[in-house]
Amino acid sequence: MSTPMSTPMSTPMSTPMSKLQLDPATVAQARDLAARAGRPIVDLARSHTTVSVERAALRLAGLSGADPDGTPWVNRLADAVRADLPEALAGGLAVPVWDALVRGEAEDLTTLAQKAAAGSVRFRHPTGGDRARAITAARDQIERGLHAIERQRTERERLLQVHGGPPRTPWIYLIVATGDIYEDIPQAQQAAREGADVIAVIRSTGQSLLDFVPEGATREGFAGTYATAENFRLMRAALDETSAELGRYVRLTNYASGLCMPEIAVLAGQQRLDMMLNDSMYGILFRDINPVRTFVDQRFSRQVHARAGIIINTGEDNYLTTADAVDAAHTVTTSQLLNEYFAKEAGLEDWQLGLGHAFEIDPDLPDSFRLELAHALLARELFPDAPLKWMPPTRHMTGDVFRGHLLDGFFNLAGALTGQGILLVGMMTEAVVTPWLSDRDLALQNVRYVLDAAGALGEDFHPAPEGFIAERARTVLAESIDLLHRIAGDGLLDAIADGTFGLMRRPADGGRGLDGVTPRGDDYVNPAIDALERGPDGPMEAS
Amino acid sequence: MTGPIRPYGDTTGDGMVQVSFTLPIRHSARAEGAATRLAGSMGIDPALVVHARPLGPGHTFFVVYGRCNHLVDPADVEVVERDFPLLTPKEANSAIKATLQRRLVVVGACIGTDAHTVGIDAILNIKGFAGEKGLEYYREIDVHNLGAQVSVPALVDAAVTHHADAVLVSQVVTQRDAHLLNTREMSAAFREAFAVDQRPLLVVGGPRFDPTMAGALGVDRIFGRGTTPGEVASFLVHRVGDPAA
Repeated sequence: MSTPMSTPMSTPMSTPMSKLQLDPATVAQARDLAARAGRPIVDLARSHTTVSVERAALRLAGLSGADPDGTPWVNRLADAVRADLPEALAGGLAVPVWDALVRGEAEDLTTLAQKAAAGSVRFRHPTGGDRARAITAARDQIERGLHAIERQRTERERLLQVHGGPPRTPWIYLIVATGDIYEDIPQAQQAAREGADVIAVIRSTGQSLLDFVPEGATREGFAGTYATAENFRLMRAALDETSAELGRYVRLTNYASGLCMPEIAVLAGQQRLDMMLNDSMYGILFRDINPVRTFVDQRFSRQVHARAGIIINTGEDNYLTTADAVDAAHTVTTSQLLNEYFAKEAGLEDWQLGLGHAFEIDPDLPDSFRLELAHALLARELFPDAPLKWMPPTRHMTGDVFRGHLLDGFFNLAGALTGQGILLVGMMTEAVVTPWLSDRDLALQNVRYVLDAAGALGEDFHPAPEGFIAERARTVLAESIDLLHRIAGDGLLDAIADGTFGLMRRPADGGRGLDGVTPRGDDYVNPAIDALERGPDGPMEAS
Repeated sequence: MTGPIRPYGDTTGDGMVQVSFTLPIRHSARAEGAATRLAGSMGIDPALVVHARPLGPGHTFFVVYGRCNHLVDPADVEVVERDFPLLTPKEANSAIKATLQRRLVVVGACIGTDAHTVGIDAILNIKGFAGEKGLEYYREIDVHNLGAQVSVPALVDAAVTHHADAVLVSQVVTQRDAHLLNTREMSAAFREAFAVDQRPLLVVGGPRFDPTMAGALGVDRIFGRGTTPGEVASFLVHRVGDPAA
């Protein structure tokens, strides 16, 4: 599986030698603590399911489309099963659904969903041979769906061979966000021609709180475009054309987050998206989604991303938009370590971990650039094989576009010096307008100037071992270890409830989507989870 | 007052300004001429195109410097003055501590059939809007965001249960003036449910509202497009902290 193309970040810009002389025992201790803090959360995820995980299994099996009111068939079918069998979620929806199919209630899932929505199907808990037949049928169909996702991964690897990938690191990541997929497409194609290696389609505000995935091509959104299967397909097809035109495979990014995280992960795999924003705690902290729901959904979505060969982008940059970027630097490191633990547990490999961080220190603070370098280099050295997602300044972009352009230049320089893998291009008009054509051009000139002038400067950049940068990095790591001690002791859920991250307090029994979470019963079956736990090549090693 | 004034470059009265814009035309001498003429129409004459850069095959970016021939008299300018001071989150928190001596309770919702929480979320969610954090970020504000499609009776109940100091209602997507009908229904229900001096502050917001209609709709304040969380917080502190204001 690991052809050179599936590990595209094989030549990170940082030299393999440590520049910070981090103590390997300290680093190992940090990882160990992250595992201790994360393990109970994984146990929680393995012992619960959610409506969205169950609907994701139906989507894997090929159920798509929506009723005339726009309610997806996966929602109609799941709701119908739960109406007949109030405890159905705890046992998994696959058994009653495929039992109805095996009984001949309908010839396929879509027809079954239509009949169920019309009230002409009754669901039951089958037993004995009926139950076994339902499970077998479900497993066959869902595993075919997983194979379809694997074929898309192979297709990506083939296209990377044919067209080639980005010419250098960091990859240049640009955003489009018109709300109308048919406006997004030409903008994305133009951004790719101008040099973007990765296109991200920003999602409509509020989609994260919808408990369904909208259907079809959409032309209206709020500060972004809805994530739908059809929008994914249209944009990927357009970028495939542009990739062929440019002789360079252009990656596509969207968001596996919010209440439908697992379903969107499946759609991304089916439509060959290449990266997905997928943070372990973002929905909890910034969208007030129930913590248990988030962790259960997240594990499933990451397992799907692992299978699909998708690179995840985590959202630590967001903490620094609410908390102070110096005081809270160690919470970013802590969250990166937790995100890494959860990601690897779910089967993702280092090259798939676009761990996030950001250039958000107040530029009026003395030595702010040295502090940024310390934090960025710490992330680089803690996660030497992960691509790392480097996010531009937003908090201190004031509308003074001239000063903002300079700040973006320093952001680009820090990215080059510290070997960041994915560089989200900062716009001088951040917080003023959605980027104009000329803003994007100026921003890309800024990036190109810095990378051409100083892209290899990392080779000459060796912070003094006892200097400000190395000292600051060690301090942040030490603070992170202190925090991880506390989290491992008190439990991550309590830490989140106490406002440890991004200053938000989110109790485990609060937040949106809690009513869609249930402990798995003894008879719980979800063939999607069984197949994902096994991994693509047979049983996973016991962990 | 100094009377009419001109832009200042490096000499009083020189009128110098700088503008940049993109024209949807391939770069050429004609394109630069068009940029100069457009600048002239803006009152910049003489105009000097100091930079022109092709953006792809069909667009050109220009930077223009020149003398602006317009004058402006600040004495004639009419502005809508904000009738409350704009506070930072820190200032808002200390003002609440000082005047209420407890947290200020806010209940927010989208009412009617409107499922678009973008407005209320922009004001309430910590993520905020336009670089400002939402009211959840304020330690001294206790936020209860009820989300979308909340009925008026449910909103009144929530305001009673939480002892709301203020109720924030957002209406983004509306047809046939539904936002006006919904708002009148809401304000009438609050008048019925609360004594005059007990009623929470009623604040509505959304792009279709006319901020001058607060009285007609029976609410205390209307916020229009582009309102930031800081403005809303400052207003709440101003009015809740000092009801006579």
